[in-house]
Amino acid sequence: MSEQILERRVGIRGWLLQPNPRGRTQATAQQLYKNWQRFCGYPLGLVGLAIIVLLIVVAICAPLLTSYDPIAQNMANRLAAPSWEHLLGTDEFGRDVFSRIVYGARTTLYIIMLVAVIVAPIGLLIGTCAGYFGGWVDEILMRVTDVFLSFPGLVLALGFAAALGPGITNAIIAISLTAWPPIARLARAETLSLRKADFIAAVRLQGASAWSIILRHILPMCVPSVIVRITLNMASVILTAAGLGFLGLGAVPPSPEWGAMASSGREFMIESPWVIAAPGIAIALVSLAFNLFGDALRDVLDARGSE
Amino acid sequence: MIDVRNLVVRLGSPPQAVVKRVSFSVETGGSYGLVGESGCGKSTVLRAISGLNPDYRGEIEIGGKVLSPVRPKEFYRSVQMVFQDPYGSLHPRKTIGAQLLEPLRNQRLPRSREAVFEALTSVGLNPELRYRFPHQLSGGQRQRVAIARALILEPQVLLLDEPTSALDVSVQAEILNLLNELREKRGLTYLLVSHDLAVIAHMCDRVGVMQAGQIVEEVEADRLRAGTLEHPYSRLLLEASQQYGGSTEEPLTMNGAA
Amino acid sequence: MTAPLIEAANLEVGFGGGKIKAVRSVSFTLGREKLGIVGESGSGKSTVGRAIMRLLPPTARVVADRLRFQEIDLLTASNRDMVHVRGRRIGLILQDPKYSLNPVMRVGEQIAETYLQHYPAAGGKAAARARVLEMLNAVKIRDPERVARLYPHEISGGMGQRVMIAMMLIAEPEVMIADEPTSALDVTVRLEVLSLLDELVTRRNLGLILISHDLNLVRRFCDRVIIMYAGRIVETLAASQLGEARHPYTRGLLASLPSIDHKVSRLPTLKRDPSWIDAVETNS
Repeated sequence: MSEQILERRVGIRGWLLQPNPRGRTQATAQQLYKNWQRFCGYPLGLVGLAIIVLLIVVAICAPLLTSYDPIAQNMANRLAAPSWEHLLGTDEFGRDVFSRIVYGARTTLYIIMLVAVIVAPIGLLIGTCAGYFGGWVDEILMRVTDVFLSFPGLVLALGFAAALGPGITNAIIAISLTAWPPIARLARAETLSLRKADFIAAVRLQGASAWSIILRHILPMCVPSVIVRITLNMASVILTAAGLGFLGLGAVPPSPEWGAMASSGREFMIESPWVIAAPGIAIALVSLAFNLFGDALRDVLDARGSE
Repeated sequence: MIDVRNLVVRLGSPPQAVVKRVSFSVETGGSYGLVGESGCGKSTVLRAISGLNPDYRGEIEIGGKVLSPVRPKEFYRSVQMVFQDPYGSLHPRKTIGAQLLEPLRNQRLPRSREAVFEALTSVGLNPELRYRFPHQLSGGQRQRVAIARALILEPQVLLLDEPTSALDVSVQAEILNLLNELREKRGLTYLLVSHDLAVIAHMCDRVGVMQAGQIVEEVEADRLRAGTLEHPYSRLLLEASQQYGGSTEEPLTMNGAA
Repeated sequence: MTAPLIEAANLEVGFGGGKIKAVRSVSFTLGREKLGIVGESGSGKSTVGRAIMRLLPPTARVVADRLRFQEIDLLTASNRDMVHVRGRRIGLILQDPKYSLNPVMRVGEQIAETYLQHYPAAGGKAAARARVLEMLNAVKIRDPERVARLYPHEISGGMGQRVMIAMMLIAEPEVMIADEPTSALDVTVRLEVLSLLDELVTRRNLGLILISHDLNLVRRFCDRVIIMYAGRIVETLAASQLGEARHPYTRGLLASLPSIDHKVSRLPTLKRDPSWIDAVETNS
């Protein structure tokens, strides 16, 4: 390609496009930058990413964006229609709906991050071990996975949440228990095809132990597809979390959570639609964003293998 | 250096003998070629020797010691392998430098910048390439990296599984030259597997012709060049390769039937 | 020689919005002969074949002064016209029969399907069956009735390539494009498939484009040879005169092949000269 032209560029962009990387950091940064450039070719993915970034910013800056306490009640002003004072109106206890949505972003983000942090390592580890070792290890791990897969996710989450008692942490544990099996399956399938690859054989011929092969060579290859899968699953995680909240098994009442907000707003749906519409739209928007982002991410990370 | 006696390998289910009582030996510093067509079991022999497939019967002796089917870690310091497909034998998400350090890490040897420099220069690559990823290199460069990775542990034996059949002819010549230079310089012992009789004739002192899991004929490379083979199959293979190789001037004569 | 079957003048193929030029000002004609296109990976040889078949991805930009197949202008022909050209009038054979055959369909059925697709009014299934057996016979398969009932995984590589040839021949094309037809086959089988192709081309009076990386194969098999480097034709020669090639690239390629008969301690390697990329073709 036109390497001379690229070399003439300066600054960070020049550093990122330099044909001869001078260090490992630069080499990795260049790969990320290339993927980012490719990602920019997916406008819908960018929209999804923008919404997710917005969610994070809103969650971090919640106190700056709101002038009301999300749990302070004001019975004199209950079910007020949207106005300049209350942008999205107030609910049945006179709480500002906008503030509750903004603070609810924190709850949603908390659930999403914890689920991802719990599910990805469990799924990856179980899947890669099953795939690499095969035999009875595979049998046992996969049968356990099948048991979890055989129940509909929401029902299983409901059962766990009911058994553990309501609360955000318990909801997260319940959701994670239903979310890891598909990840494990995916990681196993990838491992099965990688296990026979020559570059794994080469590492075996260096005398590497099975654990080091799994952790250092196979796992990194499974990470991209697992990230994609988890991102695409986030929509259903958010919906399950909202569903648990809606049924009273998620966040405990005064704390703001979108699902619970929608649930309590349902009584006043006809005369005060904003109480249910606002959290409903927020849930739909964030789930959509994760779907769009995940779709684009999948295309970008897939294309990399075919280079 | 390498002594293989009555090697039998069964693969598949139900298990079928893919390699049937194969015996041969390679002297220290020698270069032995196994030639045959696809499915004749030549690569299976290599995998059994390398330790990738511990499920074999018979004896494999390297450097005067009979090996156990499951190899100890130190074994890999003396025997290394280069694979056919340079696209598949390098980890796609690790830089070249990191991949070259991996054997040292696995053998708990000291890892240094100099080792990577040395390894890359010894196969004729610019050390600046150490921060590249495999997909940023050409096929020939990748195969050079694979050779460097095999040699960084300073083995005495190099197993070569069709090392050039995925490469262009001009690149093939470069890699074959490199392999010959390295053998001379380091006193390496080669066991080369290929379907290409011309490559084998160029690289090896002795040749074993394999068919259906057996070595049907073993000859010095000179006899291969002189065309004095005895077994009907090895003669057929030689004839086909010569005709094909354009060294005789007759037109195509083999009128094939299925 | 009569009017050429295929004529290309100044063919250019670009990818990525024209940034990468895979093929640059390539001109050649094909009569009723065996024309070889040789080059290393990345030389653009396969792209030429695909451009003729119009099988390039939509991102490719194809420009030419002329790209014709007999009366059809391949640059402007509609996709419907191309359906009649592709398979029916120009046949394509690819490298590995394993990937070109449908794994869950019997071999005979697949050939029959091709026939019915191109000749829907030719007497239905019974006629198709008869033609299939005739074709399998033509590609020298000994027991056509039995082979027709087999699935692709039950036949060997050489047999698979014969089946592919039969499948292509049944449409009675005027031109065949064979892209590395024997690279996936063992050397003893290669010769059989090649001599079969040779016989069919001569007997049916077809034009053949053989795309290959293998100089020896092309030299033994073709009438004329085009040598491509970096998207350009560096030399066009009669196959018998390949030994007297002038271009350093061609000479380098020939020299770098190891030989069974004479031992050299070091194979000559190719020094690539950047000027070749822009050099003009040397005809001899």
